[in-house]
Amino acid sequence: MNGPHDLGGQHGLGPIAPEKDEPYFHAEWEKRALGVTLCCGAFGAWTIDESRHARESLPPATYLSASYYEIWTRALEILLKRHGFVTQAELDAGRMLEKGTEPKRVLKAEMVAGVLARGGPCDRRVAPPPRFVVGERVRTKNFNPETHTRLPRYARAKTGVVEAVQGGFVFPDDNAHGWGENPQWVYTVVFEGSEIWGEAADPTLTVSIDAWESYLERV
Amino acid sequence: MSEHHHGEGHGHDHHHDNHFSDIEARVKALETVLTEKGLIDPAAIDAIVETYETKVGPRNGARVVARAWSNPEFSDWLKRDATAAIASLGFTGRQGEHMRAVFNTADTHNLVVCTLCSCYPWSVLGLPPVWYKAPPYRSRAVIDPRGVLSEFGLELPAEKKIRVWDSTAELRYLVVPERPDGTEGFNEEQLADLVTRDSMIGTGLALSPEVVR
Repeated sequence: MNGPHDLGGQHGLGPIAPEKDEPYFHAEWEKRALGVTLCCGAFGAWTIDESRHARESLPPATYLSASYYEIWTRALEILLKRHGFVTQAELDAGRMLEKGTEPKRVLKAEMVAGVLARGGPCDRRVAPPPRFVVGERVRTKNFNPETHTRLPRYARAKTGVVEAVQGGFVFPDDNAHGWGENPQWVYTVVFEGSEIWGEAADPTLTVSIDAWESYLERV
Repeated sequence: MSEHHHGEGHGHDHHHDNHFSDIEARVKALETVLTEKGLIDPAAIDAIVETYETKVGPRNGARVVARAWSNPEFSDWLKRDATAAIASLGFTGRQGEHMRAVFNTADTHNLVVCTLCSCYPWSVLGLPPVWYKAPPYRSRAVIDPRGVLSEFGLELPAEKKIRVWDSTAELRYLVVPERPDGTEGFNEEQLADLVTRDSMIGTGLALSPEVVR
């Protein structure tokens, strides 16, 4: 979707302001927000793609003015309500009012180390061979779905070169909406800076994206 | 100095109390409701936070880079199959399930960004810094990388090529910076001391040995 999250190439968002010896957390609530989000992810009720879509679907003014863990928290509230784990009345009251959905699992402290170490691999076998080969010129499609996609706007309808075939991966555009994993080949496609940004681009610049097969067509 | 003092004193705390009151309340409400329902274990949250504060951080990635600098076979393995090579050092897991290592050379400097969210190799670099997740870096890294690097105090020669990797899929990137001159005879531990988090994102270079001495 063309949401506020799709930031590549936007102007006017200010200086970067790196912080020296930046701490992992700037406030206690950030620690709890991280932990609550990961614990709820362990319910197994939604995928990482659905949670990304919940974040990018926040109103642009909210998204752009919120810190990252606030974006996580607001999206988590939406996911928890959508899947029946909590109600808005409970969030407003700050206490349990009714039972709600039973999760597949509850993450206990003694499970944390194992769960974090396992992660959530999303490589999958794809039966047909890759459609594109290394060195081939390809063009990204021009589409503007209201649904989730991982093809950034700046890289749509651009011509680049396949640099690597990375393997088969869950297709987020479908998986975010509960339409199945439908894995596809993923390719690293590299573009000249001028192809994306025009003649004024830094002449030494190349930019690559990792693109699912259905984002690409032959030139 | 006075600014620093102010930052640690009353004004700082007060400012944050006001700024974060709404979000603090939201997070508190979430944790309370979910705990009352038996859906989360507050001790699990403590364990998650402790993991990322004390066990998983950029030191992991620095060890990978130091091994690659000092062991050509490991370096080749890292180029070929970074996931397996990194796992051999014990660094696996969340947001590092599928790794790629990209090597800086005399000709090319690599820079990593996620313009769509803030994908980052947690298993080797720990949790990402605020600037990596914030709109200024995510918007500009792909269009004005030299301007971005200059804000980190890094001015590259004009002829040095810049390759930006936008993490749009589930592959997570680790930049292997160039090994600094004057490090002949350094062991892996000493080499790892020269590898900064920023050098593994591409917003910095490895430290020269004089800096560490």
